[in-house]
Amino acid sequence: MQFSEQWLRHFVDPKIDSEALGQLMTMAGLEVEEMNPVGGVFHSVVVGKILSTEKHPDADRLKVCQVDAGQEAPLQIVCGAPNAEAGMKVPCALVGASLPGFEIKKAKLRGVASHGMLCSARELGISDEHGGLYPLPDDAPVGTDVRQLLGLDDTVYVIKLTPNRADCLSLTGVAREVAALTDMPLTMPDLNPVAPSIDDRRPIALDAPAACPRFCGRIIRGVDARAATPEWMVRRLERSGIRAISALVDITNYVMLELGQPLHAYDNDRLDGTVRARMAQPGEKLLLLNEQDIDLADGTLVIADETRVLGMAGIMGGEESGISLDTRDVFLEAAYFAPDAVAGRAREYGFGSDASHRFERGVDFALSPVAIERASALILEICGGQAGPVVQAEAADHLPSRPAVTLRPARARRVMGIDLSDDEMASLLGRVHLDVVRDGDVLRVTPPSYRFDIEIEEDLVEELTRLYGYDNIPAPAPQGHLAMLDRPESRRDAWQVKRLIADRDYQEVVTYSFIEEAWEKDFCGNADPIRLANPIASQMNVMRSSLIPGLIGVLQTNRKRQNPRVRVFETGRCFRKAADGTPVAGYDQPVRVGLLASAGVAAEQWGVAHRNVDFYDIKGDLEALFLPKVLAFEAAEHPALHPGRSARVLCDGQPIGYLGEIHPKWVQKYDLGTAPVVCEVDIQALLAADLPVYSPISRLPAVVRDMALVVEHSVAAAAMLAALKAVAPAIVRDIQLFDVYQGKGVDPDKKSLAFRVLMQDTQRTLEDAEVEAAVATLVGCAATRFNAALRA
Amino acid sequence: MNELDTLVAQARTDFDNAGDATQLDVAKSRYLGKGGAITQQMKTLGQLDPDARRAAGARINAAKDQIETALEARREAIRDAALAVQLSAEALDVTLPGRGLGKGGLHPVSRTLERIEALFRSIGFEVADGPEIETDFLNFTALNTPENHPARSMHDTFYLEGADDVLLRTHTSPVQVRTMLDHVARFGEREHMPEIRVIIPGRVYRVDSDATHSPMFHQVEGLWVGENISFADLKGVIADFLRKFFETDELQVRFRPSFFPFTEPSAEIDVAFMHGEMKGRWLEIAGCGMVHPNVLRHGGIDPERYTGFAFGMGPDRLTMLRYGINDLRLFFEGDLRFLGQFR
Repeated sequence: MQFSEQWLRHFVDPKIDSEALGQLMTMAGLEVEEMNPVGGVFHSVVVGKILSTEKHPDADRLKVCQVDAGQEAPLQIVCGAPNAEAGMKVPCALVGASLPGFEIKKAKLRGVASHGMLCSARELGISDEHGGLYPLPDDAPVGTDVRQLLGLDDTVYVIKLTPNRADCLSLTGVAREVAALTDMPLTMPDLNPVAPSIDDRRPIALDAPAACPRFCGRIIRGVDARAATPEWMVRRLERSGIRAISALVDITNYVMLELGQPLHAYDNDRLDGTVRARMAQPGEKLLLLNEQDIDLADGTLVIADETRVLGMAGIMGGEESGISLDTRDVFLEAAYFAPDAVAGRAREYGFGSDASHRFERGVDFALSPVAIERASALILEICGGQAGPVVQAEAADHLPSRPAVTLRPARARRVMGIDLSDDEMASLLGRVHLDVVRDGDVLRVTPPSYRFDIEIEEDLVEELTRLYGYDNIPAPAPQGHLAMLDRPESRRDAWQVKRLIADRDYQEVVTYSFIEEAWEKDFCGNADPIRLANPIASQMNVMRSSLIPGLIGVLQTNRKRQNPRVRVFETGRCFRKAADGTPVAGYDQPVRVGLLASAGVAAEQWGVAHRNVDFYDIKGDLEALFLPKVLAFEAAEHPALHPGRSARVLCDGQPIGYLGEIHPKWVQKYDLGTAPVVCEVDIQALLAADLPVYSPISRLPAVVRDMALVVEHSVAAAAMLAALKAVAPAIVRDIQLFDVYQGKGVDPDKKSLAFRVLMQDTQRTLEDAEVEAAVATLVGCAATRFNAALRA
Repeated sequence: MNELDTLVAQARTDFDNAGDATQLDVAKSRYLGKGGAITQQMKTLGQLDPDARRAAGARINAAKDQIETALEARREAIRDAALAVQLSAEALDVTLPGRGLGKGGLHPVSRTLERIEALFRSIGFEVADGPEIETDFLNFTALNTPENHPARSMHDTFYLEGADDVLLRTHTSPVQVRTMLDHVARFGEREHMPEIRVIIPGRVYRVDSDATHSPMFHQVEGLWVGENISFADLKGVIADFLRKFFETDELQVRFRPSFFPFTEPSAEIDVAFMHGEMKGRWLEIAGCGMVHPNVLRHGGIDPERYTGFAFGMGPDRLTMLRYGINDLRLFFEGDLRFLGQFR
């Protein structure tokens, strides 16, 4: 909400400056977001009347004006404005005046003396208008200071109101709050009823009493809809961000701003019979004031007459029944619509209004009969006419009740953490017109009709804290029960793991959880992704089921910025539909870790020959991250990966992710340069750690035997190693694959795998015979299982 | 000068003239070898009578010792010279960069999250986590924000196609309720339930995008529930945290009344620095308040017996303030020239 400081001070005028007043409101929960001066900083600008204009002898576009600025003699002023005409009243900056950015001195323009300057709105900092002189009203007294005339010594406050403070959605509401906080008197506008001079009435029916329990209506005949809105009203409306339209519309807006009650004015001639507040019926349509044609949904509260729907109650009126400049007779509506009946409706239809904003937060239900009188008085004053009696329909049972709320001062002290006496509490609450009655140990507090936010004890505690001043509450060092936190050794700290990854030259990135649907299809093979109903952009419309697409995106970004060497990782949730998902049914959302490396294995440097990163580099990184756990890998295809260079990753026998080189077709399609290598694993597996278990070490000499076994290409080294370990006798402590050889001396379709076998016993020195027997067992196993031959 | 003295002098000269170990060996054999001069001298001793033999033997041995000493000295000099040549040839340009992998780093927001976790852990807060696709019930209803509550419009929510009971969480607050329910399931039977002290970092989502808003951003939720937790405690914890986080006491902290459906009283927390570019400007960094009794009830906790506070702060904002970053979007772009500055 925004409003003029001068208007506010009309109701309450605390002896503090604009800055302090803003601060006061902010610290009371009415957050001042902006404070803007109404006009620029200037002085010595007065109302001048142009007496005559003549063409400048030496300049086509300049005029020489004689101006009456209330001085002894007319001033001669040279002016270039196209709209300067004799008889016009305009702002006239006198010699010695200061305007935003410059000062006015005696001058000669193209040889003609000029004693001042006639001003546009922009030159005075009022608006951006600079097409000509700023026209002043014809009745403005010549010589009057323009600041004073236009009320420019004013500030516009823009306040951000929280949804609970609907009572401050009006000038008098804010004034009431300021008065309470500063202990200053509050001056309300004249709210006396208007005596009816005719007896015309329009019947009103409340067909949906829960949604509309009170409706006041009044006919005013013979108004002049073309009457000019007074300058002061236009100014207040404009400073509240509302454009003046016509007197009747302006008056309803003005009363809404002043008191907080939205009003609606109908053209009485366009109404037929009883006006009803009822629910929309199936198939009903309405053309709104904003010229939007809508189909009314069931459950929408409408105002209707005998033949048609007139408007959406509390949201927006209809075009066909609204007032126009030709309206003679007005039917004025001031009603109370329950927040539940309005809340969310405007958003369903895709628009909102100042009225719906107020009704859905709560309009003072006691205000309807008061506001209709205020609006009537202003209409009679400005547009003339004769008012009929106010017809009020009411379903008293459905009006909000304001039951007393019990406050236990002891609890309030406990929640606030301060020692505030019962008396102080009662006094604080009384300041904001809450009715406080003592009842033994407790206070019974009754809120006024305009407070929709005081229903339970906590609401009162909040009110007390606010009134006491958040700043005045101490901030002591906290006290709590000391208890050590769990620090399980079987779980690594996530930050430690992240730093391990970073230490292997990977930079952490954070990418969006929603990605382009094509990425999800290409890199995850996911044809049924989780789609957003309202994505912010079409390339961010599905939830990622993998971190890889986002990492590819980072690679693309950096390649475009001339940095092809990218080594990045991300940890984050991935999302897939899963009927048995937990904790939210229907969705699986595990946290994963993804790594991507591309281009040089090391940054370009003198000491290492350039080599592009490959499968085994990332595999080595991944293995190192898991140590001392030992991972297993098995060939497996993945939509994102090169079918011959991708592996499933297993930890403790469980699949935990995959590793591989990006498929050449994606490298080409997404222009990734050299094929990046990626891996993605479940973070839980990475965080898990085994408790170390001691096993004795031997003091006896070890025997080492190497054996090179020649096998077909297709034999997986890991399978062979596992088989050898499985048949190895107890004296074999370890078998390592230490060389893979292809080339001279080995068949082109075969490879030689060299294993180093370490044999040792903890109790005795090994004998040659058993060593040879062990090697024979291993070689025999390799021969039978893998058709391996010892390399010659 | 007698014959032996001449011999020693001659040997010294010969040794000095030997340029390397081989030449030295040749020179050595001339004096100490089988047919060498000293050996020849020894052979003459047999012709002398015993007294004369003893005296002459002693003289020859003295000469031999002198020659051997000279030989050793020369040998060492030759070795030293060879080593000096080798060392000089092996000298490196020590200013060339070292070999090997570089080092990556954490994301700047991660740095902040890690510090926030560490600071809160130091006063006994545990770290919890929750799903990002969340139920409408936990994101709103359980947090005292029923359908059509005006506060829902404060959160522009992402919804999923074909599902109206789930959404992308708009804040980390639903994990408050999850945490309370878990806690009560674990400890609810005890006469004195241990306090809940937990922080919840994570990603959250709102339909919003410009230089200061991202459709995805981070939040850190905090929750402390116990038998006597007050608004003053909330102020104490937050003020302590902010001073420790920014590592300065020269920081103004302001609690400003505000409204959140899930806390009451509620406050926004503003800070103002006393030095630097941002001096004197109030910057909003968190929302907080006393947990609303309806939220405690949804968490299975009796609001008569227990009270608590909760806060939700923006680590992205804190990171920007701490490192002087002016555009939120940089965090999610992945430009390594930006990210590499926070190693």
